[in-house]
Amino acid sequence: MIAAIVVFATIGDVMIAAAMRSIGDLDDIKAARGLSGAILAVLGSARFVSGVFFMALSFFSLLFALSHADLSLVAPASASLTFVTNAVAAKIFLKENVDRRRWIAAVFVCAGVILMAH
Amino acid sequence: MTFRRYLVLGVVAVTAPLGDTLLSAGMEKVGPVSINHLSLLIYAVRTPQILMGITLLIAFFASYLASLSWADLTYVLPATSIGNVIVALLARFWRHEQISPARWLGILLITAAVGFVAQGPSYTVTEKECATSELTPAGIAPGARRS
Repeated sequence: MIAAIVVFATIGDVMIAAAMRSIGDLDDIKAARGLSGAILAVLGSARFVSGVFFMALSFFSLLFALSHADLSLVAPASASLTFVTNAVAAKIFLKENVDRRRWIAAVFVCAGVILMAH
Repeated sequence: MTFRRYLVLGVVAVTAPLGDTLLSAGMEKVGPVSINHLSLLIYAVRTPQILMGITLLIAFFASYLASLSWADLTYVLPATSIGNVIVALLARFWRHEQISPARWLGILLITAAVGFVAQGPSYTVTEKECATSELTPAGIAPGARRS
């Protein structure tokens, strides 16, 4: 159940990030075509729509998991695992330069979220 | 990274937990919603806290998308985590809740992680972006970063 939340959230996040990268700098688009132009550019992206779809799947997986397990288990586990899987997926699929600094940060946030759940 | 962009990341960090908190406060006022009376949810949307919560979450999503257009996902994500820290600090200093040593350690780790990432470069320039750029980024190799 937690794996479903994590996988769908990661796919959703990566698709949305890929969509925003392909659309380009929203500040430039807003300067050229106004706010409505920027909104249309985002909504017209198929990757963005698929990303939102996967985020919705992740949300419903979360609701399903919460009907079977405590929030105090599900929330920190899914949040921290999603952080790490996002870093891995960003390196592989978005070709981001995930340097040692960002890996250490991912581990720190993971540990921090788990500790804050206590 | 300009001051304005750091401000956008600040909006990302703050609006999500505040929006969630307001939704929670609003639903507490509405009370338990039975599956046989789901129309109560429509009435719930009209409460001020829920409306403010929705507004803040829309602001979160808009600023999150904007930040992804000029920064890497792995640069923006720690900003979303600092929201946990803000909520915990608000709970301690505004609502006078107790925070355990484990939670303080968690706050420290997340803050350190965000500081770590914020000091580094924010965007990975791809080969395609190099080739289509009007400027000729001499000496910038594919996968190189710009701040």
